[in-house]
Amino acid sequence: MSGSAEATAPATRAHDLVVAAQDGDRRALARLLTAVENRSALAEPALRELYPQAGAAHIVGITGPPGAGKSTLVAALIGEVRKAGRAVAVVAVDPSSPITGGALLGDRVRMQSYAGDRDVFIRSMAARGHAGGLASTTGAATAVLDAAGFDLILVETVGTGQSEVEVAAAADTTVVLEAPEMGDEVQAIKAGLLEVADLVVVNKGDKPGAQRTAAQLRAMLVAGAGPAVGAERGSNPRRPKRPEILITTASTGDGVPELLAALDRHRSAVAAGPTAAARLARADALVWAIVADRLRGRLREPELAISTDETLARVADHRLDPYAAADELLANLRTKSDG
Amino acid sequence: MPDRPIKVLIAKPGLDGHDRGAKVLARGLRDEGFEVVYTGLRQTPEMIATAALQEDVDVVGLSILSGAHMTLLPRITKLLREEGLDDVLVTAGGIIPDDDVQALSEAGIARVFGPGTTISEVAEYLRTNARPRD
Repeated sequence: MSGSAEATAPATRAHDLVVAAQDGDRRALARLLTAVENRSALAEPALRELYPQAGAAHIVGITGPPGAGKSTLVAALIGEVRKAGRAVAVVAVDPSSPITGGALLGDRVRMQSYAGDRDVFIRSMAARGHAGGLASTTGAATAVLDAAGFDLILVETVGTGQSEVEVAAAADTTVVLEAPEMGDEVQAIKAGLLEVADLVVVNKGDKPGAQRTAAQLRAMLVAGAGPAVGAERGSNPRRPKRPEILITTASTGDGVPELLAALDRHRSAVAAGPTAAARLARADALVWAIVADRLRGRLREPELAISTDETLARVADHRLDPYAAADELLANLRTKSDG
Repeated sequence: MPDRPIKVLIAKPGLDGHDRGAKVLARGLRDEGFEVVYTGLRQTPEMIATAALQEDVDVVGLSILSGAHMTLLPRITKLLREEGLDDVLVTAGGIIPDDDVQALSEAGIARVFGPGTTISEVAEYLRTNARPRD
Protein backbone atom coordinates (compact mmCIF):
# COMPACT_ATOMS: atom_id res chain seq x y z
CA MET A 1 0.00 0.00 0.00
CA SER A 2 1.44 3.33 -0.97
CA GLY A 3 1.18 6.54 1.05
CA SER A 4 -1.75 7.68 -1.04
CA ALA A 5 -3.81 4.61 -0.10
CA GLU A 6 -5.87 6.59 2.40
CA ALA A 7 -7.19 8.80 -0.38
CA THR A 8 -8.17 5.89 -2.63
CA ALA A 9 -11.77 4.66 -2.58
CA PRO A 10 -12.38 1.54 -0.45
CA ALA A 11 -13.63 -0.43 -3.46
CA THR A 12 -10.40 0.23 -5.34
CA ARG A 13 -8.22 -0.64 -2.37
CA ALA A 14 -10.26 -3.79 -1.75
CA HIS A 15 -9.91 -4.80 -5.38
CA ASP A 16 -6.13 -4.29 -5.29
CA LEU A 17 -5.86 -6.44 -2.16
CA VAL A 18 -8.07 -9.16 -3.65
CA VAL A 19 -5.98 -9.34 -6.82
CA ALA A 20 -2.74 -9.44 -4.81
CA ALA A 21 -4.07 -12.06 -2.37
CA GLN A 22 -5.20 -14.33 -5.18
CA ASP A 23 -1.80 -13.88 -6.75
CA GLY A 24 -0.24 -15.37 -3.60
CA ASP A 25 0.61 -12.16 -1.69
CA ARG A 26 0.28 -13.31 1.94
CA ARG A 27 0.43 -9.79 3.34
CA ALA A 28 -2.51 -8.73 1.18
CA LEU A 29 -4.38 -11.83 2.38
CA ALA A 30 -3.63 -10.92 6.01
CA ARG A 31 -4.89 -7.36 5.41
CA LEU A 32 -8.12 -8.66 3.86
CA LEU A 33 -8.69 -10.86 6.91
CA THR A 34 -8.21 -7.83 9.15
CA ALA A 35 -10.69 -5.82 7.07
CA VAL A 36 -13.27 -8.60 7.35
CA GLU A 37 -12.65 -9.08 11.06
CA ASN A 38 -12.99 -5.34 11.74
CA ARG A 39 -15.94 -4.95 9.35
CA SER A 40 -14.03 -2.06 7.79
CA ALA A 41 -15.11 -0.23 4.66
CA LEU A 42 -13.02 -2.69 2.63
CA ALA A 43 -14.89 -5.76 3.87
CA GLU A 44 -18.02 -5.52 1.73
CA PRO A 45 -16.37 -4.81 -1.64
CA ALA A 46 -13.71 -7.47 -0.93
CA LEU A 47 -16.25 -10.16 -0.02
CA ARG A 48 -18.46 -9.28 -2.98
CA GLU A 49 -15.53 -9.93 -5.24
CA LEU A 50 -14.17 -13.00 -3.42
CA TYR A 51 -17.32 -14.92 -2.56
CA PRO A 52 -18.13 -16.18 -6.08
CA GLN A 53 -14.57 -17.53 -6.29
CA ALA A 54 -14.81 -19.44 -3.01
CA GLY A 55 -16.50 -22.80 -2.47
CA ALA A 56 -13.80 -25.25 -3.51
CA ALA A 57 -12.07 -25.61 -0.13
CA HIS A 58 -12.92 -28.25 2.44
CA ILE A 59 -13.77 -26.41 5.64
CA VAL A 60 -13.27 -28.53 8.75
CA GLY A 61 -14.41 -27.38 12.18
CA ILE A 62 -12.51 -28.66 15.19
CA THR A 63 -14.23 -28.23 18.50
CA GLY A 64 -14.19 -29.68 21.99
CA PRO A 65 -13.55 -28.77 25.62
CA PRO A 66 -10.54 -26.69 26.69
CA GLY A 67 -7.45 -28.86 27.01
CA ALA A 68 -8.73 -31.73 24.85
CA GLY A 69 -5.85 -31.06 22.45
CA LYS A 70 -7.45 -29.07 19.63
CA SER A 71 -4.39 -26.95 18.83
CA THR A 72 -2.01 -29.89 19.07
CA LEU A 73 -4.25 -31.92 16.76
CA VAL A 74 -4.47 -29.02 14.30
CA ALA A 75 -0.65 -28.80 14.29
CA ALA A 76 -0.38 -32.55 13.65
CA LEU A 77 -2.99 -32.33 10.86
CA ILE A 78 -1.06 -29.50 9.18
CA GLY A 79 2.01 -31.77 9.02
CA GLU A 80 0.00 -34.62 7.55
CA VAL A 81 -1.72 -32.41 4.96
CA ARG A 82 1.60 -30.90 3.89
CA LYS A 83 3.03 -34.38 3.24
CA ALA A 84 0.39 -34.62 0.53
CA GLY A 85 1.45 -31.21 -0.83
CA ARG A 86 -1.91 -29.54 -0.13
CA ALA A 87 -2.16 -25.90 0.99
CA VAL A 88 -3.74 -25.52 4.41
CA ALA A 89 -5.06 -22.56 6.37
CA VAL A 90 -6.08 -22.38 10.02
CA VAL A 91 -8.47 -19.99 11.74
CA ALA A 92 -8.02 -20.37 15.49
CA VAL A 93 -10.58 -18.64 17.69
CA ASP A 94 -9.97 -17.79 21.34
CA PRO A 95 -12.32 -15.98 23.72
CA SER A 96 -12.38 -12.22 24.31
CA SER A 97 -12.63 -10.81 27.81
CA PRO A 98 -16.21 -9.77 28.56
CA ILE A 99 -14.76 -7.14 30.89
CA THR A 100 -12.05 -5.39 28.87
CA GLY A 101 -12.55 -6.71 25.32
CA GLY A 102 -8.94 -7.92 25.34
CA ALA A 103 -7.91 -11.45 24.39
CA LEU A 104 -4.98 -13.79 24.70
CA LEU A 105 -4.63 -15.74 21.48
CA GLY A 106 -2.39 -18.68 22.31
CA ASP A 107 -3.19 -21.34 19.73
CA ARG A 108 -0.15 -20.54 17.57
CA VAL A 109 2.18 -21.76 20.31
CA ARG A 110 1.74 -25.32 19.07
CA MET A 111 1.78 -24.46 15.36
CA GLN A 112 4.93 -22.41 15.01
CA SER A 113 7.11 -24.94 13.22
CA TYR A 114 5.67 -24.15 9.78
CA ALA A 115 7.08 -20.61 9.55
CA GLY A 116 9.07 -21.21 6.36
CA ASP A 117 6.20 -22.86 4.50
CA ARG A 118 4.08 -20.41 2.51
CA ASP A 119 1.39 -23.03 1.92
CA VAL A 120 0.55 -22.94 5.62
CA PHE A 121 -1.35 -19.85 6.80
CA ILE A 122 -2.40 -19.53 10.43
CA ARG A 123 -4.62 -16.77 11.72
CA SER A 124 -5.83 -16.20 15.28
CA MET A 125 -9.17 -14.52 15.89
CA ALA A 126 -10.67 -13.17 19.08
CA ALA A 127 -14.36 -14.06 19.53
CA ARG A 128 -15.11 -10.38 20.35
CA GLY A 129 -18.17 -11.08 22.42
CA HIS A 130 -19.75 -13.61 20.08
CA ALA A 131 -20.97 -16.59 22.09
CA GLY A 132 -21.27 -19.58 19.74
CA GLY A 133 -17.62 -20.75 19.90
CA LEU A 134 -16.55 -18.62 16.91
CA ALA A 135 -16.23 -14.92 16.10
CA SER A 136 -19.15 -13.41 14.17
CA THR A 137 -16.78 -12.88 11.22
CA THR A 138 -15.20 -16.36 11.19
CA GLY A 139 -17.41 -17.50 8.30
CA ALA A 140 -16.37 -14.51 6.19
CA ALA A 141 -12.71 -15.15 7.06
CA THR A 142 -12.94 -18.74 5.80
CA ALA A 143 -14.51 -17.49 2.57
CA VAL A 144 -11.49 -15.20 2.06
CA LEU A 145 -9.03 -18.08 2.64
CA ASP A 146 -11.12 -20.34 0.40
CA ALA A 147 -11.00 -17.83 -2.46
CA ALA A 148 -7.25 -17.40 -1.90
CA GLY A 149 -6.84 -21.02 -2.94
CA PHE A 150 -6.35 -23.03 0.26
CA ASP A 151 -7.53 -26.59 -0.24
CA LEU A 152 -8.17 -27.34 3.41
CA ILE A 153 -9.27 -24.80 6.04
CA LEU A 154 -9.22 -25.87 9.68
CA VAL A 155 -11.42 -23.80 11.98
CA GLU A 156 -10.53 -24.27 15.63
CA THR A 157 -13.23 -23.05 18.00
CA VAL A 158 -12.79 -21.69 21.50
CA GLY A 159 -12.83 -24.42 24.11
CA THR A 160 -16.47 -25.41 24.16
CA GLY A 161 -18.94 -26.85 26.60
CA GLN A 162 -22.03 -28.71 25.53
CA SER A 163 -23.98 -26.36 23.34
CA GLU A 164 -21.64 -24.27 21.17
CA VAL A 165 -22.79 -25.92 17.95
CA GLU A 166 -22.34 -22.95 15.61
CA VAL A 167 -19.24 -24.50 14.07
CA ALA A 168 -21.42 -27.16 12.44
CA ALA A 169 -22.86 -24.47 10.17
CA ALA A 170 -19.48 -22.84 9.58
CA ALA A 171 -17.80 -26.07 8.43
CA ASP A 172 -18.41 -28.82 5.88
CA THR A 173 -17.14 -31.41 8.33
CA THR A 174 -17.33 -31.05 12.10
CA VAL A 175 -14.85 -32.85 14.33
CA VAL A 176 -15.67 -33.02 18.04
CA LEU A 177 -12.66 -33.75 20.18
CA GLU A 178 -12.99 -35.57 23.49
CA ALA A 179 -10.37 -36.49 26.05
CA PRO A 180 -10.46 -39.93 27.76
CA GLU A 181 -12.59 -40.36 30.88
CA MET A 182 -14.36 -37.02 30.58
CA GLY A 183 -17.72 -38.43 31.58
CA ASP A 184 -19.95 -41.47 31.64
CA GLU A 185 -22.21 -42.77 28.91
CA VAL A 186 -24.98 -40.38 29.85
CA GLN A 187 -22.77 -37.44 28.80
CA ALA A 188 -22.59 -39.01 25.35
CA ILE A 189 -26.36 -39.17 24.91
CA LYS A 190 -27.11 -35.65 26.08
CA ALA A 191 -28.30 -33.33 23.35
CA GLY A 192 -25.85 -30.77 22.00
CA LEU A 193 -22.32 -30.74 20.71
CA LEU A 194 -21.94 -34.48 20.04
CA GLU A 195 -25.08 -34.45 17.90
CA VAL A 196 -23.48 -32.19 15.31
CA ALA A 197 -20.27 -34.24 15.01
CA ASP A 198 -19.41 -35.87 11.70
CA LEU A 199 -16.33 -37.32 13.36
CA VAL A 200 -15.73 -37.82 17.06
CA VAL A 201 -12.06 -38.04 17.98
CA VAL A 202 -10.89 -39.34 21.33
CA ASN A 203 -7.55 -37.61 21.67
CA LYS A 204 -4.75 -38.44 24.13
CA GLY A 205 -5.10 -42.04 22.98
CA ASP A 206 -2.02 -42.99 25.01
CA LYS A 207 -3.82 -42.20 28.26
CA PRO A 208 -5.64 -44.90 30.21
CA GLY A 209 -9.30 -45.19 29.33
CA ALA A 210 -9.06 -43.96 25.73
CA GLN A 211 -10.21 -47.26 24.26
CA ARG A 212 -13.03 -47.52 26.77
CA THR A 213 -14.19 -43.95 26.09
CA ALA A 214 -14.18 -44.61 22.35
CA ALA A 215 -16.15 -47.84 22.81
CA GLN A 216 -18.73 -46.06 24.97
CA LEU A 217 -19.10 -43.25 22.45
CA ARG A 218 -19.43 -45.73 19.63
CA ALA A 219 -22.15 -47.63 21.47
CA MET A 220 -24.13 -44.56 22.44
CA LEU A 221 -23.76 -42.37 19.34
CA VAL A 222 -24.09 -44.90 16.58
CA ALA A 223 -27.06 -46.73 18.04
CA GLY A 224 -30.23 -44.97 16.98
CA ALA A 225 -28.50 -42.35 14.86
CA GLY A 226 -29.51 -41.43 11.35
CA PRO A 227 -28.09 -43.00 8.22
CA ALA A 228 -24.44 -42.55 7.32
CA VAL A 229 -23.53 -39.56 5.17
CA GLY A 230 -24.27 -40.15 1.52
CA ALA A 231 -26.83 -42.88 2.26
CA GLU A 232 -30.53 -42.37 1.48
CA ARG A 233 -32.16 -40.13 4.01
CA GLY A 234 -34.96 -41.93 5.85
CA SER A 235 -38.33 -40.56 6.76
CA ASN A 236 -36.82 -38.28 9.39
CA PRO A 237 -34.04 -36.09 8.00
CA ARG A 238 -33.74 -34.42 11.38
CA ARG A 239 -32.26 -37.52 13.03
CA PRO A 240 -28.82 -36.85 14.53
CA LYS A 241 -25.77 -37.70 12.46
CA ARG A 242 -23.99 -41.04 12.67
CA PRO A 243 -20.43 -40.00 13.46
CA GLU A 244 -17.32 -42.03 12.85
CA ILE A 245 -15.28 -42.48 16.05
CA LEU A 246 -11.49 -42.37 15.96
CA ILE A 247 -8.64 -42.36 18.46
CA THR A 248 -5.62 -40.08 18.05
CA THR A 249 -2.56 -39.12 20.04
CA ALA A 250 -1.96 -35.68 18.56
CA SER A 251 1.33 -35.17 20.44
CA THR A 252 2.94 -38.18 18.71
CA GLY A 253 0.91 -38.13 15.49
CA ASP A 254 -0.66 -41.53 16.13
CA GLY A 255 -3.99 -41.83 14.36
CA VAL A 256 -3.58 -38.54 12.50
CA PRO A 257 -3.17 -40.10 9.00
CA GLU A 258 -6.37 -42.07 9.68
CA LEU A 259 -8.13 -38.85 10.75
CA LEU A 260 -7.11 -37.09 7.55
CA ALA A 261 -8.33 -40.07 5.51
CA ALA A 262 -11.67 -39.93 7.36
CA LEU A 263 -11.94 -36.19 6.67
CA ASP A 264 -11.31 -36.80 2.97
CA ARG A 265 -13.91 -39.57 2.91
CA HIS A 266 -16.48 -37.27 4.50
CA ARG A 267 -15.60 -34.52 2.01
CA SER A 268 -16.25 -36.89 -0.92
CA ALA A 269 -19.47 -38.21 0.60
CA VAL A 270 -20.79 -34.67 1.12
CA ALA A 271 -19.73 -33.60 -2.37
CA ALA A 272 -21.58 -36.55 -3.92
CA GLY A 273 -24.86 -35.61 -2.23
CA PRO A 274 -27.21 -32.66 -2.70
CA THR A 275 -26.16 -29.22 -1.44
CA ALA A 276 -25.16 -30.00 2.09
CA ALA A 277 -27.23 -28.85 5.02
CA ALA A 278 -24.10 -27.25 6.47
CA ARG A 279 -23.62 -25.07 3.37
CA LEU A 280 -27.29 -24.02 3.38
CA ALA A 281 -27.03 -23.19 7.08
CA ARG A 282 -23.90 -21.16 6.36
CA ALA A 283 -25.62 -19.22 3.57
CA ASP A 284 -28.59 -18.64 5.84
CA ALA A 285 -26.40 -17.29 8.66
CA LEU A 286 -24.33 -15.09 6.33
CA VAL A 287 -27.28 -13.50 4.57
CA TRP A 288 -29.50 -12.96 7.61
CA ALA A 289 -26.61 -11.35 9.50
CA ILE A 290 -26.23 -8.89 6.63
CA VAL A 291 -29.98 -8.26 6.47
CA ALA A 292 -29.98 -7.49 10.20
CA ASP A 293 -26.95 -5.19 9.82
CA ARG A 294 -28.58 -3.35 6.92
CA LEU A 295 -31.89 -2.93 8.74
CA ARG A 296 -30.07 -1.65 11.80
CA GLY A 297 -28.00 0.67 9.62
CA ARG A 298 -31.10 2.18 7.96
CA LEU A 299 -32.89 2.62 11.28
CA ARG A 300 -29.79 4.50 12.50
CA GLU A 301 -29.71 6.88 9.54
CA PRO A 302 -30.20 10.55 10.57
CA GLU A 303 -33.88 10.87 9.60
CA LEU A 304 -34.89 7.73 11.53
CA ALA A 305 -32.38 7.58 14.40
CA ILE A 306 -34.40 9.80 16.75
CA SER A 307 -37.62 7.87 16.38
CA THR A 308 -35.71 4.55 16.66
CA ASP A 309 -34.16 5.66 19.94
CA GLU A 310 -37.51 6.89 21.17
CA THR A 311 -39.11 3.50 20.43
CA LEU A 312 -36.28 1.65 22.23
CA ALA A 313 -36.62 3.99 25.23
CA ARG A 314 -40.33 3.18 25.53
CA VAL A 315 -39.45 -0.55 25.57
CA ALA A 316 -36.83 0.08 28.25
CA ASP A 317 -39.50 1.81 30.38
CA HIS A 318 -41.96 -1.04 29.76
CA ARG A 319 -44.38 1.39 28.11
CA LEU A 320 -44.21 -0.60 24.86
CA ASP A 321 -43.77 -4.32 24.32
CA PRO A 322 -40.82 -5.44 22.13
CA TYR A 323 -43.06 -6.99 19.44
CA ALA A 324 -45.02 -3.77 18.93
CA ALA A 325 -41.68 -1.92 18.88
CA ALA A 326 -40.37 -4.17 16.10
CA ASP A 327 -43.56 -3.58 14.09
CA GLU A 328 -43.19 0.15 14.62
CA LEU A 329 -39.57 0.14 13.39
CA LEU A 330 -40.47 -1.91 10.31
CA ALA A 331 -43.38 0.46 9.59
CA ASN A 332 -40.99 3.42 9.82
CA LEU A 333 -38.76 1.77 7.23
CA ARG A 334 -41.67 1.25 4.91
CA THR A 335 -42.86 4.86 5.26
CA LYS A 336 -39.36 6.03 4.52
CA SER A 337 -38.93 3.97 1.36
CA ASP A 338 -42.43 5.00 0.14
CA GLY A 339 -41.69 8.67 0.70
CA MET B 1 -14.56 0.67 14.00
CA PRO B 2 -12.03 3.08 15.47
CA ASP B 3 -12.24 1.52 18.94
CA ARG B 4 -11.28 -1.95 17.81
CA PRO B 5 -8.59 -3.59 19.95
CA ILE B 6 -4.92 -3.07 19.11
CA LYS B 7 -3.38 -6.41 18.09
CA VAL B 8 0.01 -7.23 19.60
CA LEU B 9 2.37 -10.15 18.99
CA ILE B 10 4.39 -11.07 22.07
CA ALA B 11 7.31 -13.28 21.10
CA LYS B 12 10.44 -14.62 22.73
CA PRO B 13 13.32 -14.88 20.29
CA GLY B 14 16.41 -16.90 21.14
CA LEU B 15 17.26 -19.73 23.42
CA ASP B 16 16.71 -18.57 26.99
CA GLY B 17 13.85 -20.28 28.78
CA HIS B 18 12.65 -17.36 30.86
CA ASP B 19 9.14 -16.67 29.63
CA ARG B 20 7.55 -15.50 32.87
CA GLY B 21 7.97 -11.84 31.91
CA ALA B 22 6.51 -12.38 28.44
CA LYS B 23 3.54 -14.26 29.87
CA VAL B 24 2.87 -11.65 32.56
CA LEU B 25 3.00 -8.92 29.92
CA ALA B 26 0.73 -10.89 27.54
CA ARG B 27 -1.80 -11.38 30.32
CA GLY B 28 -1.44 -7.77 31.48
CA LEU B 29 -2.04 -6.37 27.99
CA ARG B 30 -5.07 -8.64 27.64
CA ASP B 31 -6.43 -7.02 30.79
CA GLU B 32 -5.70 -3.60 29.27
CA GLY B 33 -7.99 -4.50 26.34
CA PHE B 34 -5.39 -5.55 23.75
CA GLU B 35 -5.69 -8.62 21.54
CA VAL B 36 -2.45 -10.44 22.27
CA VAL B 37 -1.04 -13.23 20.10
CA TYR B 38 1.41 -15.24 22.18
CA THR B 39 3.74 -17.60 20.35
CA GLY B 40 5.84 -19.10 23.14
CA LEU B 41 9.50 -19.75 23.74
CA ARG B 42 12.49 -20.17 21.41
CA GLN B 43 11.17 -18.40 18.34
CA THR B 44 13.42 -17.88 15.35
CA PRO B 45 13.36 -14.46 13.63
CA GLU B 46 11.61 -16.19 10.70
CA MET B 47 8.85 -17.57 12.95
CA ILE B 48 8.29 -14.11 14.43
CA ALA B 49 8.15 -12.37 11.05
CA THR B 50 5.76 -15.00 9.67
CA ALA B 51 3.45 -14.70 12.69
CA ALA B 52 3.49 -10.88 12.46
CA LEU B 53 2.60 -11.08 8.76
CA GLN B 54 -0.17 -13.68 9.00
CA GLU B 55 -1.73 -12.12 12.10
CA ASP B 56 -1.45 -8.59 10.64
CA VAL B 57 -0.51 -7.23 14.06
CA ASP B 58 -0.10 -3.55 14.89
CA VAL B 59 2.72 -4.17 17.38
CA VAL B 60 5.50 -6.73 17.83
CA GLY B 61 6.82 -6.97 21.41
CA LEU B 62 10.04 -8.93 21.80
CA SER B 63 11.19 -10.30 25.15
CA ILE B 64 14.81 -11.35 25.38
CA LEU B 65 17.03 -12.14 28.34
CA SER B 66 19.74 -14.23 26.72
CA GLY B 67 22.11 -11.42 25.75
CA ALA B 68 21.72 -12.18 22.05
CA HIS B 69 19.60 -9.08 21.43
CA MET B 70 22.21 -7.32 19.25
CA THR B 71 22.14 -10.28 16.86
CA LEU B 72 18.49 -11.30 16.93
CA LEU B 73 16.56 -8.03 17.18
CA PRO B 74 18.08 -6.32 14.10
CA ARG B 75 17.56 -9.58 12.19
CA ILE B 76 13.85 -9.50 13.12
CA THR B 77 13.34 -5.86 12.12
CA LYS B 78 15.13 -6.56 8.84
CA LEU B 79 12.83 -9.51 8.07
CA LEU B 80 9.76 -7.43 8.97
CA ARG B 81 10.90 -4.70 6.57
CA GLU B 82 11.48 -7.28 3.84
CA GLU B 83 7.92 -8.54 4.32
CA GLY B 84 6.63 -4.98 3.90
CA LEU B 85 5.73 -4.65 7.56
CA ASP B 86 7.57 -1.39 8.13
CA ASP B 87 4.46 0.21 9.65
CA VAL B 88 4.45 -2.26 12.55
CA LEU B 89 5.61 -0.83 15.89
CA VAL B 90 8.44 -2.98 17.28
CA THR B 91 9.37 -2.82 20.96
CA ALA B 92 11.65 -4.89 23.15
CA GLY B 93 11.96 -5.78 26.80
CA GLY B 94 14.06 -7.95 29.05
CA ILE B 95 17.69 -7.53 30.03
CA ILE B 96 19.14 -5.03 27.57
CA PRO B 97 22.04 -2.75 28.64
CA ASP B 98 21.53 1.00 28.17
CA ASP B 99 24.62 1.11 25.95
CA ASP B 100 22.85 -1.01 23.33
CA VAL B 101 19.63 1.00 23.16
CA GLN B 102 20.89 3.56 20.65
CA ALA B 103 22.02 0.89 18.19
CA LEU B 104 18.75 -1.00 18.56
CA SER B 105 16.80 2.18 17.95
CA GLU B 106 18.74 2.67 14.72
CA ALA B 107 17.85 -0.92 13.80
CA GLY B 108 14.15 -0.12 14.11
CA ILE B 109 13.31 -0.99 17.71
CA ALA B 110 11.03 1.90 18.68
CA ARG B 111 11.35 1.49 22.43
CA VAL B 112 13.24 -0.69 24.91
CA PHE B 113 11.43 -1.36 28.19
CA GLY B 114 13.78 -2.18 31.05
CA PRO B 115 13.18 -4.10 34.29
CA GLY B 116 10.64 -2.43 36.55
CA THR B 117 8.46 -1.14 33.72
CA THR B 118 4.79 -1.39 34.67
CA ILE B 119 2.13 -2.94 32.44
CA SER B 120 0.23 0.34 32.33
CA GLU B 121 3.33 2.20 31.09
CA VAL B 122 3.63 -0.31 28.22
CA ALA B 123 -0.09 -0.13 27.48
CA GLU B 124 -0.03 3.66 27.44
CA TYR B 125 2.98 3.72 25.12
CA LEU B 126 1.35 1.27 22.70
CA ARG B 127 -1.96 3.16 22.67
CA THR B 128 -0.12 6.36 21.86
CA ASN B 129 2.25 4.98 19.25
CA ALA B 130 0.63 2.01 17.48
CA ARG B 131 -1.13 2.82 14.27
CA PRO B 132 -4.10 0.47 14.04
CA ARG B 133 -5.21 -0.19 10.50
CA ASP B 134 -8.74 -0.52 9.20
